[in-house]
Amino acid sequence: MSKSEQQQARTIDRVNTTLAQRYGRERRFRRFGFFAVVLGLAFVGVMFLSIIGKGYSAFQQTRILLDIEFTESVIDPSGERDPAVLSSANYSALIKNSLRALYPEVKDRKEKRELYGIVSNGAALILRAKVMADPTLLGSQAQLWLPADDDIDMLVKGYIDRTVVQSERRVKDNVIAWIEKLESEQKIGKFFNTTFLTGGDSREPELAGIGGAVMGSLYTLIVTLLLSFPIGVAAAVYLEEFAPRNRWTDLVEVNINNLAAVPSIVFGLLGLAVFINFFGLPRSAPLVGGMVLTLMTLPTIIIASRAALKAVPPSIREAALGVGASKMQTVFHHVLPLSMPGMLTGTIIGMAQALGETAPLLMIGMVAFIVDIPGSAMDPATVLPVQIFLWADSPERAFLEKTSAAIMVLLGFLIVMNVLAVILRKRFERRW
Amino acid sequence: MIKNRIVLAAALTAAAVSTVNAASRDYISVVGSSTVYPFATVVAENFGKTTAFKTPKIESTGSGGGLKLFCAGVGVEHPDITNASRRIKSSEVEKCASNGVMDIVEVKVGYDGIVMANAKSAEQIKLTRRDVFLALAKQVPNPKGGEDLVENPYKTWKQVNAALPDMDIEVLGPPPTSGTRDAFVELAMEGGCKTFDFIKAMKKKDKKAYKGICHTIREDGAFIEAGENDNLIVQKLESNPKAIGIFGFSFLDQNSDKVQGSSVDGIAPTFEAIADGSYPVSRPLYFYVKKAHVGKIPGIQEYLAEFTSDKAWGDEGYLVDKGMIPMPNQERNQFAADVKGLNVLKLTK
Repeated sequence: MSKSEQQQARTIDRVNTTLAQRYGRERRFRRFGFFAVVLGLAFVGVMFLSIIGKGYSAFQQTRILLDIEFTESVIDPSGERDPAVLSSANYSALIKNSLRALYPEVKDRKEKRELYGIVSNGAALILRAKVMADPTLLGSQAQLWLPADDDIDMLVKGYIDRTVVQSERRVKDNVIAWIEKLESEQKIGKFFNTTFLTGGDSREPELAGIGGAVMGSLYTLIVTLLLSFPIGVAAAVYLEEFAPRNRWTDLVEVNINNLAAVPSIVFGLLGLAVFINFFGLPRSAPLVGGMVLTLMTLPTIIIASRAALKAVPPSIREAALGVGASKMQTVFHHVLPLSMPGMLTGTIIGMAQALGETAPLLMIGMVAFIVDIPGSAMDPATVLPVQIFLWADSPERAFLEKTSAAIMVLLGFLIVMNVLAVILRKRFERRW
Repeated sequence: MIKNRIVLAAALTAAAVSTVNAASRDYISVVGSSTVYPFATVVAENFGKTTAFKTPKIESTGSGGGLKLFCAGVGVEHPDITNASRRIKSSEVEKCASNGVMDIVEVKVGYDGIVMANAKSAEQIKLTRRDVFLALAKQVPNPKGGEDLVENPYKTWKQVNAALPDMDIEVLGPPPTSGTRDAFVELAMEGGCKTFDFIKAMKKKDKKAYKGICHTIREDGAFIEAGENDNLIVQKLESNPKAIGIFGFSFLDQNSDKVQGSSVDGIAPTFEAIADGSYPVSRPLYFYVKKAHVGKIPGIQEYLAEFTSDKAWGDEGYLVDKGMIPMPNQERNQFAADVKGLNVLKLTK
């Protein structure tokens, strides 16, 4: 055995002695990484389960089947079908008549009040809308499913324990007896809750919906997109393609990176001082909200856009310049189209961030009770996350499920936006 | 560079917009207390549904924040009404006056009780205001006697008062920014604090020191700031039967199957006890109206009429269903008359 062979054998021996240990280390590291992923997924899973578990029932609404008689003498005594008279008539009397007919044994004034309370205040508005749309209904009779009060809704959905002592629950024994009678006659049913998706905010949980908040979010995001995308892309193109490299551009770059890390509430304060106090724009308007969120998303978009521009290889620019294109033609005909997918991805992620933002909107008055659904970017509005915040703070038990359901809708929007960003990147991004 | 562009863009939009907007506003703008918010919103919603006017916009800014916005001036860009869970201060009236807001109409809405409650699964607790002060103040009179103050030594309720259960002091309450906290400190803590004669005597000599003793809550972990969300406190109580929570009466009312209110000075926090004033930890709720805006912004008078109607704030009105405690008949009639005549507030102090 020569000397070198001896040495080689020794090296392999040394490798072999530590091999098991090294494999072990790798296995442990892999297991650790795997465990981290599992833990992260478990947290997400718990969050989704708890939100969906609490919120899914809000998409259903309890309704009561009532025989409604559209008595002409109550609604339109003169018989002239004057819209003003029809609009201001006492429609709740029709519901009360129907309930009295259903439970003739209820005589006591206080008990009557409780009986009328099992149907939502909004039911009268539904009857009004029906009669206004079709005045020939007057004098006829109809069986209608009308929404129940939120306490009844909670009872039917099983959130109120019927077995505990009467004094410890919100729904009293006599009411439960009425409801059980209705249940046995199959006059109580659960329907898909369209009010929740289309309605504005309300203090009655059974009438509250996210329609107003969704429209507010939409207007806010449109303003944000219209302002932040062109400004962000223009700033990125200038900084990346045209600006000279000197101390000033360095300073601008540091500032942009800093702005990306500024807490969002600061932008809210800035918006309050500049847009509302100085320029006198209205409080609570999606226009101001959009402008504040623009300030917040601009750094994200600029940074993403610059990265996308940087990823375009210089050979493309040189080739364009080589065949005689001007600097501007080079950028607009070649560089910008190639970097657009990256810019759009950054923009969508910035928009998703803006959609979930509450803190800056606190300062500019978008945390407000707004019933009417906004019709433009100037009308007072709230946005989805603010609506969630407001409902989470409401005393009524039924708002608990509404809160979770609104979170589900918001998460749905966020997932759609993020998936869109991933698809855009997968489909259009080119790698060199 | 970029900042310039943003400012320029903002300036252009603002210029375009302000010319359109500054002219008018066709809805009532309300700001103020988060305690009055649940009641004001119900009135606003009913007002919007039953009249031809738009539904008022109601912001929840806190009493102090609301008054600040309210006093900023007269004109459509300033709110018309502010809600408050305490009375307006004379300094705020002066601030208002210096900005041209001269005539303010004060409306007392009703009462709100602040309750101390624990989970149904635990024993119901009978407290006095003195117990509350001794359990929660930062400095308390020396338990060995004498007229000096020591850092709060009490760890369990039994140490505070032998009649109370042997349970660690663990109280979940609102943070200092909350109006509920202000009222709790003023009514419950100071109420208990005053029962010590030597501290009471201090009020005349050194008001600042007196307030420092009576209004400062301990910071050693026995009092936990649980955030502004009262629902969260209720949920935490349910999972921790040893803790006691501080929140508004309407949350006790809605969750009577989960939590029970502790009696204070022998009075249980019931609707009747708060309404007749015998429950000691209750406070009045107000809102303030800018008289200069009446007639300029459509619907203010009608909104006031809705709020002060019997079907809203009466003994069986819809505000009572939402947990508000109504005023006695006579007081209600007086405020209703004041509102009708738009009688202007005059602070006597």
